[in-house]
Amino acid sequence: MAKENSDTHVLTANRLTDGIVVFWNEEQKWVEQINEADTATDPEWIGYLKKVGEVAEARNIIVEPYLVAVSRNEGVIEPLHIREKFRTLGPSVRSDLGKQAAAVSDERLLIAAE
Amino acid sequence: MYIYDQFDREFVLERVAQLRDQVRRRLTGELNEEEFRPLRLQNGVYLQLHAYMLRVAIPYGTLSSKQMRALADISETYDKGYGHFTTRQNIQFNWPALSDIPEILEKLADVEMHAIQTSGNCIRNVTSDPYAGVASDEYEDPRIFAEFIRQWSTLHPEFAFLPRKFKIAITGAAEDRAAIAFHDIGLRLKPNDLGEIGFEVHVGGGMGRTPMIGQVIKPWLAKSEILDYLQAVMRVYNLHGRRDNKYKARIKILAHELGLEKLSEEVDAEHRKIGVQGSSERQIIDLKEIDRIAEYFASPDLDTQSATLTDKSVGLNDPDYLLWKLINLTEHRHPDYAIVNISLKPYGGIPGDASADEMRTVADIAEQFSLSEIRVAHTQNLVLPYVRKADLPALWRALKASGLETPNKGQVSDIIACPGLDYCGLATARSIPIAQAISNRFKENGLEREIGKVKIKISGCINACGHHHAGHIGILGLEKNGQEYYQITLGGEDADGAAIGKIIGPGFSFAQVPMVVEDILKTYLDNRERGEEFIDTLRRVGVNAFKEDIYADH
Repeated sequence: MAKENSDTHVLTANRLTDGIVVFWNEEQKWVEQINEADTATDPEWIGYLKKVGEVAEARNIIVEPYLVAVSRNEGVIEPLHIREKFRTLGPSVRSDLGKQAAAVSDERLLIAAE
Repeated sequence: MYIYDQFDREFVLERVAQLRDQVRRRLTGELNEEEFRPLRLQNGVYLQLHAYMLRVAIPYGTLSSKQMRALADISETYDKGYGHFTTRQNIQFNWPALSDIPEILEKLADVEMHAIQTSGNCIRNVTSDPYAGVASDEYEDPRIFAEFIRQWSTLHPEFAFLPRKFKIAITGAAEDRAAIAFHDIGLRLKPNDLGEIGFEVHVGGGMGRTPMIGQVIKPWLAKSEILDYLQAVMRVYNLHGRRDNKYKARIKILAHELGLEKLSEEVDAEHRKIGVQGSSERQIIDLKEIDRIAEYFASPDLDTQSATLTDKSVGLNDPDYLLWKLINLTEHRHPDYAIVNISLKPYGGIPGDASADEMRTVADIAEQFSLSEIRVAHTQNLVLPYVRKADLPALWRALKASGLETPNKGQVSDIIACPGLDYCGLATARSIPIAQAISNRFKENGLEREIGKVKIKISGCINACGHHHAGHIGILGLEKNGQEYYQITLGGEDADGAAIGKIIGPGFSFAQVPMVVEDILKTYLDNRERGEEFIDTLRRVGVNAFKEDIYADH
């Protein structure tokens, strides 16, 4: 798949109960891995994701929802901003912690970490 | 050490029960995030980059072995098996679930600890000299007054919603080891011309985006007046401090805008008002109360301590032991004792992090060798305040067995670094890996010993939690076009002769920083005169001499 431009977004937030970073996916669930996130490029879909975040926050499922600009290449979804990259992976100084630790078998995530 | 009385115990447990109910209401949706945020913040609960973070207060940096073990247990049971000691004598847990936090606070309350006022716009954890009570240059033990201030400021109804956070540091020694000039209020116990001990009061210091050195607002204040005077300062700040702009809300801005003279007049007027005879607001501390609190901090009878085992198998001539002794010990006021600094900066390690196992090891060692007492320094290291010199070889061996014997106090690799973009939601760049890279570079090039004392401090954003403004070499991480870059400052100082470092020029990439630091320190080696430390050479030859070398090479 060709690399998409920065108009591509995913919806992210922190789970209310434990604060863990989550992403909204196509199956209408909050998941922990960005590669499972629903990506949106057209403004209407982006608007829909925004609404999803607001509703989920109002229902006290997540906190602080927002959209993250990403690139999508060969099935790998990677945030464009450095802050979001670390948020997606975990502390760069502790590869045994965060999502990078939970998904060591996920090659796509490892590619993003490189 | 201070021991909770019945009031303290009930108060802390009541607070835990309140937060338990607040968390329950948040999880069931009775409270939304906007309503819950100020409640969680006043109990030290942040939402950070990866998860919630709980900041636990270590009042004036004093911990018992029992408390350290409790922190280790909490880190294993509710977190990821480690904690991070901060630049304000707190410990942070980076991964607790919100639903577990009431239980964590209960465990903390069991060992007389809490997380109250470790965040929010209130008076924060009072910090102090990590060598309080044992330093050879001390006029009077600051912990007694730190405890008064802790009791007075905890949930003080008038100061629960200040314009902005408020930090107080207190020292009682000739050498400032508590960075008092960089606090909203800095207090130094010292004698006046008559030899009476009182407070020199500094106001309006701080780091952040507008760094300022505190100014002396009261050259000498009787000890019994301290709470009245603090009340007066807080009241003037609470009234005039700006609430329309959080970046201009700290007392340093008020002191700057009003001017010290006017601020001082207002504070004195308020102080007089509070001090009117018979005023119900008077907080004056009577001597009996000072004596009562002082008893908790009374020095143990060190001369009669029974000798602990001395390990004869470690010869006094072991070069590693001798180096550690040379670098990591500080003079104790008792000639047969030493203050032992335990570095939490192993080469290539994360400054201030301690695993549960390391915390337990330190607790055991403190129990065996330091009357079960540990101190936490704002430099993100630990201190054992009561070690018999005869026990040093055995103590060193115990530290060595756990990798806690790094001999680098005050050296290049003893770097202060905030959590930065690896953990912090506010950060713009990483701090920790920069510290690691510098530490590793100087381990490899072998220059650390030759260079000697230097303070390197790294912040991952302009909020300056890594105290970069006060570093001899300060490193500030910023972000531009999605890339981290680092501004270097030179000439900062957090101790006596406090100074704010000056930016030397355009910033550097992540990869360049360790090389630039090496160039700076090589310039020092080239220019130093006999016996001169880095900061002295820098002050003598000026920043420009360093700049030329740095920018010629990069």
